[in-house]
Amino acid sequence: MLRGWRRSRSYWRRSLQLRVAASTAAVTGIVVLLIGLFLVSQIGSGVLKAKRDAAIAQATSGHDSAVSEFSGISPGDLNGIQQAVDQITAGPNVTGATTTDLYAKAVLSVDDAVNSQLPGQPAIPHSLRTKVRQGNLTVQYARVHTAAGDSPGLIVGQPLSTSAGSFELYYLFPLTAEQSTLNLVRQTVLVAGLALVLLVAVIATLVTRWVVLPVRAAAQTAGRLAGGDLSQRLPVSGEDDIAALGTAFNDMANSLQQQIRRLEKLSRLQQRFTSDVSHELRTPLTTIRMAGELLFAGRADFAPELARSAELLQNELDRFESLLAELLEISRYDAGVAALETEQVDVVGIVERAVAASESLARRHQIALEAVTGAEPVLAELDARRVERVLRNLIGNALDHAEGKPVQVRLGYDKNTVAISVRDYGIGLRPGEAALVFNRFWRGDPSRSRLTGGTGLGLAISLEDARLHNGWLQAWGERGKGAVFRLTLPRKAGGTVTESPLPLAPTPESEVRS
Amino acid sequence: MKPRVLVVDDDQSLAEMLGIVLRADGFDPAFVPDGSRALAAFRDVKPDIVLLDLMLPGASGIDVCRSIRAESGTPIIMLTAKTDTVDVVLGLESGADDYVVKPFKPKELTARMRARLRRYDDAGGETLTIGPPDSPVSIDVPAHQVVRDGQQISLTPLEFDLLVALARKPRQVFTREVLLEQVWGYRHAADTRLVNVHVQRLRSKVERDPERPEVVLTVRGVGYKAGPP
Repeated sequence: MLRGWRRSRSYWRRSLQLRVAASTAAVTGIVVLLIGLFLVSQIGSGVLKAKRDAAIAQATSGHDSAVSEFSGISPGDLNGIQQAVDQITAGPNVTGATTTDLYAKAVLSVDDAVNSQLPGQPAIPHSLRTKVRQGNLTVQYARVHTAAGDSPGLIVGQPLSTSAGSFELYYLFPLTAEQSTLNLVRQTVLVAGLALVLLVAVIATLVTRWVVLPVRAAAQTAGRLAGGDLSQRLPVSGEDDIAALGTAFNDMANSLQQQIRRLEKLSRLQQRFTSDVSHELRTPLTTIRMAGELLFAGRADFAPELARSAELLQNELDRFESLLAELLEISRYDAGVAALETEQVDVVGIVERAVAASESLARRHQIALEAVTGAEPVLAELDARRVERVLRNLIGNALDHAEGKPVQVRLGYDKNTVAISVRDYGIGLRPGEAALVFNRFWRGDPSRSRLTGGTGLGLAISLEDARLHNGWLQAWGERGKGAVFRLTLPRKAGGTVTESPLPLAPTPESEVRS
Repeated sequence: MKPRVLVVDDDQSLAEMLGIVLRADGFDPAFVPDGSRALAAFRDVKPDIVLLDLMLPGASGIDVCRSIRAESGTPIIMLTAKTDTVDVVLGLESGADDYVVKPFKPKELTARMRARLRRYDDAGGETLTIGPPDSPVSIDVPAHQVVRDGQQISLTPLEFDLLVALARKPRQVFTREVLLEQVWGYRHAADTRLVNVHVQRLRSKVERDPERPEVVLTVRGVGYKAGPP
């Protein structure tokens, strides 16, 4: 029941056609009702006025003949009065007017004692008699009793001054004919009104259909366009407004399709270029690499300068190779072709691997690298390769700037998110630098030497990796107090992050070792 | 006797450098710079292993790989500059056993080559049987022969090694990493796509219906194992 109501409500909200048809029909209904009422009352009063005029004329013309019936009768002569009354009520009715609808006449004395002697008179309403006794010709609508039962009627009363005393003369007219005429008129108006309302509703439905159907088609086509089927078009016929809508819509779709194709082509070209550059650079680099390896392996036989050159060549080749790899990775993000390969993994394991990878570097520079993870595995749907790369970058970055002080990696999680923060107590960041660190090739202090030989792209790639996961990568730092980099990721692939389980800026209780 | 290597690469410097490195490592290299002449050179040289650049003038590396594989199971290692999944998988599906991404270190390359040339020690003359009882697959290890339903199935050495590795421990589930180590000789975690592609290729040869495997079973979330004998 409630569901049916809800369903019809929602249909009402969704169907423009239904709403237009219903509201048009409602307005038409009200107007037709008003017009009908007006018509019926006008016709009614017209019909009744004619009847009333005729009735008054008939009654007036009967006055004199009624007076003459009483002539020569004395006030006490009840028999004479009775005869005269009979004569009047039974006699030829009127002169000069149609009599077909006159139902009865009545003569009443003003003296009720006399009236009791005059049998067989129709009942006359008391209010009418009072007015007639005051000497006025009075017309009143009242119910009259006929052989067929009660019916609405018209009574015309007038005073009758005769030699036998004062009487009242009443003409009673039934309004049966008028009643049936009015009924017929009412029925006709009602039927015509209903038919009109129905007609208007049907017309409104049809007209809205002409408008709504193309709009619905446009909505469906737009939906399919939005869904990626760029070849969808609206059928257009004629030259009306709907056709104009269709043409404009199709033009829009065409231009969208062209734009998207152009962008796709650009993107493909970009990918192709990246791929080609990659190959073209990598092949000579392979040769150089192998030559370098040979020289490096044989450096013991060289003069010291040559041996050192071979070492430098070898080291710089490593750097060049990682720079090339990172450039290609970044260009993959720029081309929008980087894809996540998520699977359910234990984040603790990723943190441990990333820390283990940097441990030897930390030991070499006597930096205490410490990971704070729980014993429990923390499962999340991630691209493990990318997350590990982000962590290696962050840890490497922290080691670069730690100045011999400890580096801590923390893992925090709640129901929906997992966060890893990397804290160092080194040189920290100047105000405003927290936003700059993720820029490509940005260096806080160009004169600083680096332990890791970072390329300057690591944090930019890390930021892209975090974004690809719908996650956050943020930095906090203060001059002399060190820096915090915090990665926050949703635990479900495709989820979002609204808050992080770990603080970004260090709080007093998190500063166990400051 | 030195293993013969056919190097198919259009880059002359790289080919020459490869020659230096390979000779120094005890291989006997031959060179062809052009994809369209690669197959003829292959028949001529009869190499023990092929190094194949994916981007070649003439025929593409993929086509060369297919045509060599059509007539021989000789190990093929692709040299590729492309690391995208599509490119790698396409290369592997066309029949390459392994791939090395440029720029590679010479030691890495020769280690890959030696892993492909190293054969299972055929001592013991064992015969293994796996698969459903009504249609078992029997493997004659020393003879390098695989028979099912009386039909001899021709496998490449790599596919054979993969099948033998699974068949020797029929109840054990092998993770992709373990298979990479045992069959391909990787000591560190490497590309598990190698395993996936070659399991597909193996299934297409030994299974009655590769969509519903009975010989090489997938253990979801873990890896593969041999079907019960």
